[in-house]
Amino acid sequence: MNNLLAFFSSSIGRKVLIAITGLLLVLFLIAHLIGNLLFFLGPDSLNSYAAALKGNPALLWSARIGLLTVFVLHLMNALALAMQNRAARGVQYQNKGYMAATAASRTMVITGLVVLLYVAYHLSHFTLGLTNPDHFSMHDAQGRHDVYGMILHGFQIPVVAWGYVAAMLVVAYHLSHGIQSSLQTFGLRNENYTPCVKQFSVFLALLLCLGFSSIPLAVQFGLVG
Amino acid sequence: MNFTLHVWRQKNVDSPGQMVIYPARDISPDSSFIEMIDVVNSGLAEKGEDPIAYEADCLEGICGCCSMTINGIPHGPGRGATTCQLHMRSFQDGEHIYIEPFRSAAFPLVKDLMVDRSSFDRIIQAGGFISVNTGGAQDANSIPIPKDDADLAFDAAQCIGCGACVAGCKNGAAMLFTAAKVAQLARLPQGQPERYRRVVHMVETMDNEGFGSCTNQYECEAVCPKEISVRYIAEMNRDYIKAKLCK
Amino acid sequence: MELDSKIPSGPIADKWTKHRFEMKLVNPANKRKYDVIVVGTGLAGGSAAATLAELGYNVHAFCFHGSPRRAHSIAAQGGINAAKNYPNDGDSIHRLFYDTVKGGDFRSREANVHRLAEVSVNIIDQCVAQGVPFAREYGGLLDNRSFGGAQVSRTFYARGQTGQQLLLGAYSALSRQIGLGKVRMHVFKEMLDLVVVDGHAKGIITRDLRTGKIESHAAHAVVLATGGYSTVFFLSTNAKGCNVTAGYRAHRRGAAFANPCYTQIHPTCIPQHGDHQAKLTLMSESLRNDGRVWVPKKPNDPRRARDIPEAERDYYLERKYPSFGNLAPRDIASRSAKEACDNGLGVGSSKRGVYLDFRDSISRLGKDAISARYGNLFDMYQRITDENPYEVPMRIYPAPHYTMGGLWVDYNLMSTIPGLFVIGEANFSDHGANRLGASALMQGLADGYFVLPYTIGDYLARIPSTPITAGSEHAAAASEVTKQTEKLLSIDGKRSVDSFHRELGMLMLDKCGMARNEQRLKEAIEQIPAIREEFWENVSVPGSGAELNQQLEKAGRVADYLEFAELMCRDALMRNESCGGHFREEYQTADGEALRDDENYCFAGAWEYTGKGNSPKLHREPLVFENVPLAIRSYK
Repeated sequence: MNNLLAFFSSSIGRKVLIAITGLLLVLFLIAHLIGNLLFFLGPDSLNSYAAALKGNPALLWSARIGLLTVFVLHLMNALALAMQNRAARGVQYQNKGYMAATAASRTMVITGLVVLLYVAYHLSHFTLGLTNPDHFSMHDAQGRHDVYGMILHGFQIPVVAWGYVAAMLVVAYHLSHGIQSSLQTFGLRNENYTPCVKQFSVFLALLLCLGFSSIPLAVQFGLVG
Repeated sequence: MNFTLHVWRQKNVDSPGQMVIYPARDISPDSSFIEMIDVVNSGLAEKGEDPIAYEADCLEGICGCCSMTINGIPHGPGRGATTCQLHMRSFQDGEHIYIEPFRSAAFPLVKDLMVDRSSFDRIIQAGGFISVNTGGAQDANSIPIPKDDADLAFDAAQCIGCGACVAGCKNGAAMLFTAAKVAQLARLPQGQPERYRRVVHMVETMDNEGFGSCTNQYECEAVCPKEISVRYIAEMNRDYIKAKLCK
Repeated sequence: MELDSKIPSGPIADKWTKHRFEMKLVNPANKRKYDVIVVGTGLAGGSAAATLAELGYNVHAFCFHGSPRRAHSIAAQGGINAAKNYPNDGDSIHRLFYDTVKGGDFRSREANVHRLAEVSVNIIDQCVAQGVPFAREYGGLLDNRSFGGAQVSRTFYARGQTGQQLLLGAYSALSRQIGLGKVRMHVFKEMLDLVVVDGHAKGIITRDLRTGKIESHAAHAVVLATGGYSTVFFLSTNAKGCNVTAGYRAHRRGAAFANPCYTQIHPTCIPQHGDHQAKLTLMSESLRNDGRVWVPKKPNDPRRARDIPEAERDYYLERKYPSFGNLAPRDIASRSAKEACDNGLGVGSSKRGVYLDFRDSISRLGKDAISARYGNLFDMYQRITDENPYEVPMRIYPAPHYTMGGLWVDYNLMSTIPGLFVIGEANFSDHGANRLGASALMQGLADGYFVLPYTIGDYLARIPSTPITAGSEHAAAASEVTKQTEKLLSIDGKRSVDSFHRELGMLMLDKCGMARNEQRLKEAIEQIPAIREEFWENVSVPGSGAELNQQLEKAGRVADYLEFAELMCRDALMRNESCGGHFREEYQTADGEALRDDENYCFAGAWEYTGKGNSPKLHREPLVFENVPLAIRSYK
């Protein structure tokens, strides 16, 4: 146990923790997306899926607590490392240039914090019902929580929809570096597959962005509803 | 050629520093960056002013002394070369050139463009060796080493310890430096007995010296005058994880 | 002063073994009671400090760089010789010994050279065990290549960075001992004087380059591994910081300086390009394995190299030395290049250059094979000259590179001051009047790993192990150093230190360089004191002594060169013969080869310092050749 703690407090160990939690969050995003895409199958599919989740509080809450833990670990470790890294420079350069480091890799903290802020808003909108209580309190014909209607109404407001799309772009930007970076951190690198991994990382990030954005876009362009 | 230099001047680590402007006139395009600074310095010395302190010795890119960040890039523009191998023909006539020391909390400033990189030595002292006393070695050819392994070990062993990787990294990380030595020795049969002990000690020392941590931006590889690959960082990560979790 | 070389008796092949048995040993428990100072952390100093610490001595290592890994050994490119005979081409310890004695033009000490050849094989074993990544064959075994002055392939190499890899090996061994607390490493400290107590070396005075603090260090013995003095020529292949100061100040304290005129001019360097150049860049002599040296037959030929037909090229090395061809020893290759340029056949804008052409080997072996062998050298050449050597021939010209002369040492590597040991390039012992390629790395590591650690024990075992502290002699030496520093800072003249160094260098290159004669040497001996006088009246050293002051550091080194250069010229003038790197125009054969005078000059000339302003006194150590008969060195 002591060994494990020592490992996770070393610089490499912390990065491993960030990478593991990051990848878990990506898995969550994939699951979340699959759920979201039920939107296109109509109100019944989505609402019954939501009801099924709600109907199993043990599963729901353990997933929520797990997710929150992963999220907090990812965030706290990343912030702690970022502060250490800033201190490691000592005096800042008057003039700093880069030859290879991508803008995405250099802005992970900023994009991460933007995503954090967005998540807070996203939860207060769709999970806690704080921002638009009128959408949150709707019920469908079977008396279930009308998730479909909530999403539809929410995304009919242009600011909400376009804000969502913008947030997904930031998520994609974050992931385009994050996914491939995690493999390097685990030491999973090989001169044959690493170039493919880099491309896959960008591809997956874009796919997630496109998948999530498809709903507000469909609503905004009147393809649904 | 003529240039305007913006040079970081700082008397010592405890005094404040600032950028000072110096003209550099009639510089041959064939002269190296160091020779250009020498011309400026000769002018300063003859006027009785304090010349710009900098470190450079072998002037052929192998001793690792030079430590200038030029226009924000350690060792300046161009890949695979140190400051002393940079020629003025790489710049535009009349260009403003910004020269700062290698910046890292683990490289305390000595004066102007000179820094103290003994933190690197301490990382090596923690384990960057094979424990073999003089005289105890077996015949050199009794350990065959596949050529590919020897070549990969050599690629890592080329590190000149200049610190450009740290200076270029946004995080001030010394991962490429540390990994180059860890991976060199881990590639060779001679390095196996101490392989896991070595990586743990070196990484711990690296952390304690106040270097940052790697966020896989690969700026280090781009500014490395020996173009050492970041693949060695992955290899070090793997060994470290194995050492801490599986051994 | 008595020169006792202490060469053991008996057959040459048994001397070292016998001597190792006869030397006194220090009991393992007593070793930690002895403090040893090692100055310099290159191949010789680094390996010696590490090995002495492994044995159990308390070692204090000093370097003026910020890290022991920065010593100039790191820049050696080509390789390291060892009589392993892995290629099965007829090599042996005796052949390496023979080649080295002959290569040194019969001006080295046979017993030392044989010992060097004996331990050469252990060096390779040691380095491989340390993880030095030497070049290998596909079968996993070590690869060898040939080098100048030898007809066998005995050179081990690590691409074009052999010195770097060997130094990092020694540095890693040293780092291990520092980590274990057995070596105390002092970085950024320059040795400025030797302290002699009752005739024995007992410490050094250093200046901390960062704070300017003058410090005394006491020890039971002092080892100098401070390299050579090629930067007396200002432009050389050496690093800018290389200097003679440690050796010269030890000389002023009583250590004899032997054969200072034996300097090696390396044939394959990139020609000079401008007036502000800070140094000359060497390219490994290994290039001569596949490159062919030539000049146009017609003086001042304006055509580009590619346009000159085969019949109008003079491959002069192949013509003059058919059996060694382009692999003729360094002194011969250098002198031939100079001769060609003196005859107006030189190429390039300065006309001081000859071609080194890879056209034929590229067409024979392919560009890839050449790139694999010399890729980094070709890149370096292109970076500096902006020319692509795969397409146009390289231009090369000789440049000062290595100094065979150095402090005189006996068979135990001890100087004429008891307790002062000198190893590596800083001593005079193994290379005679000319060093063969890939032998410097061999000698540095031989001295540091395998010779000094034995012989220093013999000295220490004879002196008391009582703790040693800095005494009045240390204080006196420190105050002299402080005085000189203050003097330099107070001159407040008009000329930069570099301008004096450059002036001295040009003078030395002209009058005491590749070819010397009586008249020019006499002129130099007159002119050097004049430069020295002006230096002490008109040098400008800004800043203070209590901080980092690079001009002050340089000024101290140049001040020593201004005295040392005169000693070099006196030595060259005394030696009325040509041998190896010392070529006196008056003494040459009909076809322009060096003409030795074995009857009168078969000795090592060791100079004793006799006080400021006095002429130095010459002592002769006769050289006896029992195993390699004195012969005219022929590479035809």
